[in-house]
Amino acid sequence: MPFTPTPARPAPISQMGVIGWLRKNLFSNIPNTLLSLVALYVVWQVLSSVISWAFINADWVGSSRADCTSDGACWVFVSVRLNQFIYGFYPAEARWRPNLAFALLVGFLIWLAVPRIPYKKLGGILALTAFPVAAYFLLYGGAFGLPVVPTSRWGGLLLTIVLAVIGIVLAMPIGIALALGRRSNMPAVRLVCTIFIEFWRGVPLITILFMASVMLPLFFAEGVSIDRLIRALIGITLFQSAYMAEVVRGGLQALGKGQYEAADALGLSYWQKMNLIILPQALKIMIPGIVNTTISLWKDTSLVVIIGLLEVLGQVRQALADPNWLGFPAEGYIFAALTFWVFCFSMSRFSQYLERRLDTGHKN
Amino acid sequence: MKKLATVAASIAAALTFSAAAQAATLDDVQSRDTLRCGVSDGLPGFSVTDSDGNWVGLDVDTCKAVAAAVLGDADKVEFVSLTAVERFTALQSGEVDMLSRNTTWTTTRDASLGINFTGTNYYDGQGFLINTDLGVTSATELDGAAVCVASGTTTELNLADYFEAQGMSFEPVLYDTSDQTVAGFEAGRCDVLTSDTSQLAALRIQLSDPEGAMILPEIISKEPLGPAVRQGDDQWFNIVKWALFLQVNAEEYGVSSSNVDDMLESDDPNVSRIVGTSGDLGSLLGLPSDWGYQIISQVGNYAEMFERNVGPDTPLELERGTNALWTDGGIMYAPPVR
Repeated sequence: MPFTPTPARPAPISQMGVIGWLRKNLFSNIPNTLLSLVALYVVWQVLSSVISWAFINADWVGSSRADCTSDGACWVFVSVRLNQFIYGFYPAEARWRPNLAFALLVGFLIWLAVPRIPYKKLGGILALTAFPVAAYFLLYGGAFGLPVVPTSRWGGLLLTIVLAVIGIVLAMPIGIALALGRRSNMPAVRLVCTIFIEFWRGVPLITILFMASVMLPLFFAEGVSIDRLIRALIGITLFQSAYMAEVVRGGLQALGKGQYEAADALGLSYWQKMNLIILPQALKIMIPGIVNTTISLWKDTSLVVIIGLLEVLGQVRQALADPNWLGFPAEGYIFAALTFWVFCFSMSRFSQYLERRLDTGHKN
Repeated sequence: MKKLATVAASIAAALTFSAAAQAATLDDVQSRDTLRCGVSDGLPGFSVTDSDGNWVGLDVDTCKAVAAAVLGDADKVEFVSLTAVERFTALQSGEVDMLSRNTTWTTTRDASLGINFTGTNYYDGQGFLINTDLGVTSATELDGAAVCVASGTTTELNLADYFEAQGMSFEPVLYDTSDQTVAGFEAGRCDVLTSDTSQLAALRIQLSDPEGAMILPEIISKEPLGPAVRQGDDQWFNIVKWALFLQVNAEEYGVSSSNVDDMLESDDPNVSRIVGTSGDLGSLLGLPSDWGYQIISQVGNYAEMFERNVGPDTPLELERGTNALWTDGGIMYAPPVR
């Protein structure tokens, strides 16, 4: 009879799974147990009141202030205003246009991000050429029988996305150019780029927006006025590209000198060296930094409130001033915070996915 | 901040002085077929958006009246929401055709900013909101009170002036925004809250127990709020001025949006001048002859505008008070339409 080892018995229930974890981490000895119980009590106290305010005692359906009868949150305020929080004053009958533009944006992102979908190069070219044109005519109108929607009617989440996406997309190439310029061997180029970066990085965004909105119009001739949104966009792009340039420079400097020398030894020209050897590696290293500045810009867009552009937060504040709905600041601000969080968290997850996908084993 | 705005505005005044003289705002508005009007970015009763995304409020209706007079359609207004600091620049640079943004008419603003105030659509003044438990019925009994006030505003300066003039002492409790001020008052950090009375009404609604607070009768400052236009375009100045005057006159002669069609047949010469069936007042202003009719039928007279936005039936529950017609004990008085 051959030897058959008896299968190993499972570990005692007190050592594994949830119970094991709890025993090991929370209730291993008397002081630990006491601390755990106190902490649980505090968490329960806070959470129970938050949950009962936000969910159990909350009012969800209705159309006016009178429908908010309980002590809890009045989400009716948010649901009644939801369209304004998303579209601002964009005419209701034309809201399919920003919807379509957003769907296109998401479509292109999926095309470019999901590895299984082919024709990446075509997708990239279309995303950078056809999409901006299509989005412009969809949002602003003025061609193909679409009536013009002036930018003063844009607002809410739509405006946040427009500001952030355009700011980021334009800042990226400008930032790369500035970073390369700052590391250039040509003194004049280096000087100009350094001055540009240090100037824009040295002033707060709020000041830039302020100048763009309050001072800039005074320097134009009477009757010549640049759209407020465009003024804000120019300010945001210049500001963001200075930050982006420094992130890119960090990535360029993180590469070993050997990479540059090897590229030179192969006889590659400057642009070949950058495009084929340096930037592909450097950009990969920079992903966390780029996403970091992107997320920070996304949140900074709410500063345009000070120049009277009403993005999500501006719309919420505007809604809070409605005499029929006075006194629901908590609900409004929580909605705004959640909106920002959803977008910023998705960006963060996306960047981690990118890092994993592009990982070629240089991590230690 | 205020200094910056003043500097910016003086530069603007210098720059616009030469150019503005020949600019005809009326032609611009007519060829664009929209009036661009600068309003506040959210002030209860004066300019807010309702849940359908339409701008409503007293300042908003003032813009609409001008649009009705000039373009015959009160809805042809593009509202531009402006913050307090950028409002004058936006007007000077031509970004908006008129400003109707809860702006106090003062000497400095009238004389140094390159703008002209066209009238007063609301006579406001600073007042006090107190807890009824305090048992105080007059501001003169407030000696030694802790007063919640928004910092860095003229409100704060007026408060100091008033207490000094009365020989009383007070302890200021400063906050940055009106939300915080209300929260401080509610939490009992102060006995009294001070702000413009029109805003006190809005702040009072936000309290958990509005009945437990009352507004004292004393008004300690003059805040005539009104629309403004760029200096140097007298025709446009006249139009904006008379759009408001016409609404006040219409109230005086009992012409309202509900009876304006009947009033077209009225024999009263005052009324027929208002609705434009006699006289040639429209063409003197550069407007269609039915300009008055359009204002009244689409926006209403001053009383309707007041009742709709801030009056006793609205959440703000403001009485006419100072804003009543001169014939009813108020000071709302407009030169005759003739």
